[in-house]
Amino acid sequence: MTLTVNDVKRIADLAYIEIDEGEAKETLIQLSGIFNLIETMQAVDTSTVEPMSHAQSVVQRLREDEVTETDQRELCQSIAPQVEAGLYLVPQVIE
Amino acid sequence: MFNASLKQLSSQLAEKKISSTELTTEFLNRIKKLNPEYNAFITLNEDISLAQAQAADKMLASGQAGPLTGIPIAQKDIFCAKGWLTTCGSKMLSNFISPYDAGVIERFNQAGTVNIGKTNMDEFAMGSSNETSFYGLVKNPWDVAAVPGGSSGGAACAVAARLAPAATGTDTGGSIRQPAALCGISGIKPTYGLVSRYGMIAFASSLDQGGPMAKSAEDLALLLNIMVGFDPRDSTSLQRDVEDYARDLQKPLAGLRIGLPKEYFAEGMSKDVESAIEKALDEYRKLGAEMVEISLPNAALSIPVYYVLAPAEASSNLSRFDGVRYGHRAPSYSDLGDMYRKTRAQGFGAEVKRRILIGTYVLSHGYYDAYYIKAQKLRRLIAQDFTEAYQQCNIIMGPTTPTVAFNLGEKSGDPIQMYLSDIYTSAANLTGLPAMSIPVGFGDKNRPVGLHIIGNYFMEAQMLNAAHQYQQITDWHLQSPV
Amino acid sequence: MQWEIVIGLEVHSQLSTRSKIFSGASTAYGAPPNTQACVIDLALPGVLPVLNKGAVERAVKLGLSVGAKINSPSIFARKNYFYPDLPKGYQISQYELPVVQGGSIQIQVNGVEKNIRLTRAHLEEDAGKSLHEDFHGMSGIDLNRAGTPLLEIVSEPDMRSSAEAVAYAKTLHALVRWIGICDGNMQEGSFRCDANVSVRPRDTEKLGTRCEIKNLNSFRFLEKAIDFEARRQIEILEDGGTIRQETRLYDANKDETRTMRTKEDANDYRYFPDPDLLPLEIPQHWIDQIKQTMPELPQVRRDRYVSKFALSAYDASALTSSRETADYFEATVTQLPAQAKLCANWIMGEISGQLNKEGIEIAACPISPEQLAVLLMRISDGTISGKAAKTVFESMWSGELDKNVDAIIAAKGLKQISDDNAIEQLVDQVLAANAQQVADYRNGKEKAFNSLIGQIMKATQGKANPAQVNAMLKKKLAE
Repeated sequence: MTLTVNDVKRIADLAYIEIDEGEAKETLIQLSGIFNLIETMQAVDTSTVEPMSHAQSVVQRLREDEVTETDQRELCQSIAPQVEAGLYLVPQVIE
Repeated sequence: MFNASLKQLSSQLAEKKISSTELTTEFLNRIKKLNPEYNAFITLNEDISLAQAQAADKMLASGQAGPLTGIPIAQKDIFCAKGWLTTCGSKMLSNFISPYDAGVIERFNQAGTVNIGKTNMDEFAMGSSNETSFYGLVKNPWDVAAVPGGSSGGAACAVAARLAPAATGTDTGGSIRQPAALCGISGIKPTYGLVSRYGMIAFASSLDQGGPMAKSAEDLALLLNIMVGFDPRDSTSLQRDVEDYARDLQKPLAGLRIGLPKEYFAEGMSKDVESAIEKALDEYRKLGAEMVEISLPNAALSIPVYYVLAPAEASSNLSRFDGVRYGHRAPSYSDLGDMYRKTRAQGFGAEVKRRILIGTYVLSHGYYDAYYIKAQKLRRLIAQDFTEAYQQCNIIMGPTTPTVAFNLGEKSGDPIQMYLSDIYTSAANLTGLPAMSIPVGFGDKNRPVGLHIIGNYFMEAQMLNAAHQYQQITDWHLQSPV
Repeated sequence: MQWEIVIGLEVHSQLSTRSKIFSGASTAYGAPPNTQACVIDLALPGVLPVLNKGAVERAVKLGLSVGAKINSPSIFARKNYFYPDLPKGYQISQYELPVVQGGSIQIQVNGVEKNIRLTRAHLEEDAGKSLHEDFHGMSGIDLNRAGTPLLEIVSEPDMRSSAEAVAYAKTLHALVRWIGICDGNMQEGSFRCDANVSVRPRDTEKLGTRCEIKNLNSFRFLEKAIDFEARRQIEILEDGGTIRQETRLYDANKDETRTMRTKEDANDYRYFPDPDLLPLEIPQHWIDQIKQTMPELPQVRRDRYVSKFALSAYDASALTSSRETADYFEATVTQLPAQAKLCANWIMGEISGQLNKEGIEIAACPISPEQLAVLLMRISDGTISGKAAKTVFESMWSGELDKNVDAIIAAKGLKQISDDNAIEQLVDQVLAANAQQVADYRNGKEKAFNSLIGQIMKATQGKANPAQVNAMLKKKLAE
């Protein structure tokens, strides 16, 4: 597999991280090396193996349907970049 | 006092030879003196620390104290602590005063310990040298030219330099054990699911586990007694009977079968580390343990598998840092998308961005099966290797790291070399097995060497027993660089 | 060319839990902004989700009511995309292994039954809201809704007209309310439809390229949007063009759909199993337990009304449009089982008309089923006429005389004259006084009969039993 600068830009765009041409080129070199390391996985046949998502084979525990949280708006918004009238402000959302 | 064990400090407090306020003040003064050199702490908050110490003194006076009441603990800056700046080593959270306490912090607060400060760490726990912190690098107290390891580098440094009696860490691929080894202290990552992840800022959710870092195995046992416990707010937290992790410390080791994976003793381990490990194993033989050669055939795959799964989970976990509700927001931008992109480009450091990009890529359309699913399948094979190995032995030992601490700057330009520092440690995270590191001597340039002990699931008490018995006949854990 | 419209619906049904799907914050509607967004909903660093049992139970109920398979284990996945109303930068949803798989729903269009298959129904969390009022050129984000449990119910492309789509949406809407998993309030966004629309030449198999239409918050908009969209696609194809796969937004003001985003700029959502949540197991004994708490389903009741009460399929459907209506009907009809049709007519007629007029729900109907039953008994036993019953009904509605039917009849003097002798006397009197009309009738002027009836009813202020009057008059005129 060969990564290109365009791949790097595409994934940076998916990850919403601004990246300029120079950074993209530098990142490409590093990522290519890392993916060479990652590619060693392909040597092992795993056709009969089930994927493992969790370290323990336990099942989801459920919460009772109860309201346990109280209004913490003031505290939570005291650390917000920009708020007004109880709302978090962001640059205009265009739909 | 700075070299005292937790047990000693506890009895001094109980016998009123010293108050928690005095103890806390002593440590704060020492931190103020030495931290400018080491940079082990990101945040101190004397007012809160002393208020907690005074509250502890009241508990001690009224006879309501627990075993660790009044003892200062350094908290890794990955644990949200109400009213404390909680940065996770990142510019992204440089203004984040947590409005809530992590499960671990709550348990320490209930035990009446004192939060002495928030320790430095690799940004979002991504790193093995503590050089990725936005708040500057941390130095190894044994040799200030060396890295302390990471990501819990500040915690390891703080304990080694005796800036705190004990500390908390977190371990996603070796972040407790590798810095413990490099700084000559003891540290344990318990079985996945024992320590609450609630309020512990997520790096890779299925691998992250908190644990204690301290001078000795005995100290670790007392700390685990506080840190381990079911938390209903964490779906992966396990509901189990309460254990006393110190219960088996005194057990003799005769008959203990120690598995030595041949893959860990092959090429890659440096001579100085090998020699220290061999000497440690000789001590275990003297203690009556039996050595068994075992094989972990897929051991070499743990690094590639780890560097697919951890970044994949991280890329998603770190999406919440968008400058909308808290944390850094870019000061100028043209529109919403630009605000996001600039905020994240400015707020994250190079290593974090690198891992987000790796993770985004392996999850993206057309690559998911080849990378993410493949890695999850190999994760199962790695876990099966351990299941088979534990048919032949009780406990597994080997080196924690392939080399002693490397120099600051030595690997910071080469991510792959840096990633290979986790070669022996990441398998325990992939499998969820408990694992620890204890100091077993010194290698090149008189830098510490750590012995890696991997236990079977929930066998922490047995591992601590093995570590404690070794520490009864050696004094590496009592040695201090300062 | 003859075209066939192919429609599949995705319905987001907000589950009626007290707390959110992954946090203990309240789901109550209309609170001041961000007062019901707790640290978990806000996605503060370090917080974790724990699944709400009530949400799972509601999903299982839907599954059971449509004859679907309940998957166990079922898996939660992260759908990754950035949006200011999505605090984590991903939505916890389900991708592979949703809770509910398969099943079907029966709909009726113009008296014809049709089976619509379901693909799946999965649990997920709702996002917050972006408010576009101008805050110095910025938008405001309210995260109260973030984390509200949704069940996304996806149908197969089995509908062939906007009428079928509306019938399906209405049936599903009635069902989720019937089984008590969703309040169905469309104004508050509790039941939201997206439609996938494509067209193909009639009698062909291959599906055309589809467009997804979003923002259909009423049945009327659903119908209009599908009709517009089908026409748009047919026009393009007839002009030799091709349909571009895209997401379109319905604009109710202009009654048209317009492009929202094309497939090219569709997100790569990078779904993967959420490592913070474990596989959800739903053991059979839990399913059985849930089953026992469920009401008899509308389809079952519909069938029973047809077989037991000999009602038409139309009447049975109308009475089972909501559980409250059906319960009202059953409570009424148990009092007079032989008069099911009369009960049905009154509930769908007077009661429903009056409720609509005053904008109240049947649960709040001022006349109880027992009170209605008394009134209907007085009609069926001939005490009052149907016309008089309407007067009594109005009095009851406004609460006169404690809604006591007999007291109202007495007070208003509405009791019918049903005594044969009395009626015979009346008829004789009227015949004697109207010799000309009697003669007209006997000379073949049919209209004269009605005039005579009118005279008799007038003389009794409408209280004479019309059927008896009718019979008596015929008898006398034939003499």
